[in-house]
Amino acid sequence: MSIGLPSINSRQLNLVFKIPTSKTSKFWDRIREGEVYATKCKKCGKLFFPPVADCSNCFSSDMEWVKLSDEAEIETFTHIIVRPQSFQQYEPYTVAIGRLKEGVKVLAWLTGVKLTDIRVGMKVKLIAKITSEGDPTYEFVPT
Amino acid sequence: MRRVAVIGVGHAKFGARPDVNIAELAFESVKPAFEDAGITSRDVEFVALGSAGAGGWYEETLPAVVVAEYCGLTGAGLVRCEAACATGSAALSTAYFNIASGRAEVAMAIGVEKMSEVDTPTTLELIGRAGYYLWEFHNFGMTFPAYYALHAKAHMEKFGTTEEDLALVSVKNHKYGAMNPFAHFQREITVEDVLVSPVIAWPLKLYDCCPITDGAATVVLASEEKVRELGVDAPVWVAGIGYSSGTATLSRRQNYVGLQSSVLAAQRAYEDAKVDPNEIDVALVHDCFTIAEIMAYEDLGFCKKGEGARLIREGQTEIDGKIPVNVDGGLKAKGHPIGATGCSMVHELTKQLRGEAEKRQRQVQLKNYVALAHNVGGTGHYCYVTILKR
Repeated sequence: MSIGLPSINSRQLNLVFKIPTSKTSKFWDRIREGEVYATKCKKCGKLFFPPVADCSNCFSSDMEWVKLSDEAEIETFTHIIVRPQSFQQYEPYTVAIGRLKEGVKVLAWLTGVKLTDIRVGMKVKLIAKITSEGDPTYEFVPT
Repeated sequence: MRRVAVIGVGHAKFGARPDVNIAELAFESVKPAFEDAGITSRDVEFVALGSAGAGGWYEETLPAVVVAEYCGLTGAGLVRCEAACATGSAALSTAYFNIASGRAEVAMAIGVEKMSEVDTPTTLELIGRAGYYLWEFHNFGMTFPAYYALHAKAHMEKFGTTEEDLALVSVKNHKYGAMNPFAHFQREITVEDVLVSPVIAWPLKLYDCCPITDGAATVVLASEEKVRELGVDAPVWVAGIGYSSGTATLSRRQNYVGLQSSVLAAQRAYEDAKVDPNEIDVALVHDCFTIAEIMAYEDLGFCKKGEGARLIREGQTEIDGKIPVNVDGGLKAKGHPIGATGCSMVHELTKQLRGEAEKRQRQVQLKNYVALAHNVGGTGHYCYVTILKR
């Protein structure tokens, strides 16, 4: 920020991008129904989370939707105090990477546990959720 | 491929620079680089400009065009490069390949960034989005400190690295930053200062993090023929460049105790330059956060995986240690103007290899006349390793 030196304010620009989700709409629909899905390539069998419409392994676009188990184990985590502009309205939050029973990993918020009680290797549950802003998401909670 | 040398380097003062716009800041590094090389803008056939925040952190969306006009470079071949925090190295390699391929005799890389024209939450937002926006930012508000905090926690868990070990990196780099006239922070700090500084993304605290910095650095490169024609007395040769990349989503990484892209980029650079890690006289590694320097020791082969903390504890990366690291203050104290960092590293190493480090106390002892720059983009999303030889 300027510290007293002369400057000109640029014109304001508000950017909101419309991110296409037509190829992964099932994922977001299932979240609203309380379930978390991944995609699996029908040709090579590779499982993808986050879900994808196209297989980067064998280049097939023939994918199927697979429901994920909710069983995860924390691989690492952090607690974010200094938050980005669009997260200023939230209290500090904890983000964890958890490995699911199926082998794929998920990065998501971990809620309902005191920071001092979180351990690497801890078993947690992956749940589907609707945010306070009404958007579909998923997060880790204690088992 | 032809041999390519660094024939001129220039550096602007790093820090909060509300006194200059993007073009004026770039000029501060371009002018001394031309003076150092003994050439003018008219001799330059190709310009690669590295800047990551165009239109985001600052107002210009085509900074290469704006800077080229301001520095009298209009008409030269021109491109803007982006490789997140490795943008400067991406620009350098782009200029390098123009000469190595035989296309140009003189090319240059200008790394420049203005990060302080927007407020801190906006800067955090823009850098936090630099991964996979849709899957790891949109719902989860990741920040850059947080990406590295995930690695710090994993490293501490697996190898017993402590918050004090991380603090030692910061203390070391501030010590050298205090002796670097270009550095953002020119003061020493203590382990205690680091440990009591406010938590940003646990376990990383304010003094584990590089600052938000404005800055520019320029590197002029030339072919061997041009070096002879100009009669350059101390050319510094680009002996090897290695690069690699990592997945956009952190969740698709194998582990969080190192950066695979660093390992691969380093291997390729060592092969290219035909040198071993133990031949490096001085290294600048990408310490955007303290944990990143410890992982870099391991990923670059300065020690075995898991032994990075021991290296800093034993003082082996001090100027008189086994392998001096970040004796310019590193990103931590010198500052990390994203697009400028890669070029700033080559500026410092060129000075070191010529025996011209400022101040003299920062000059490393040259045994093999080999230096290494390690520049990571994002959280191992990109990595460039550049090896220089005199």
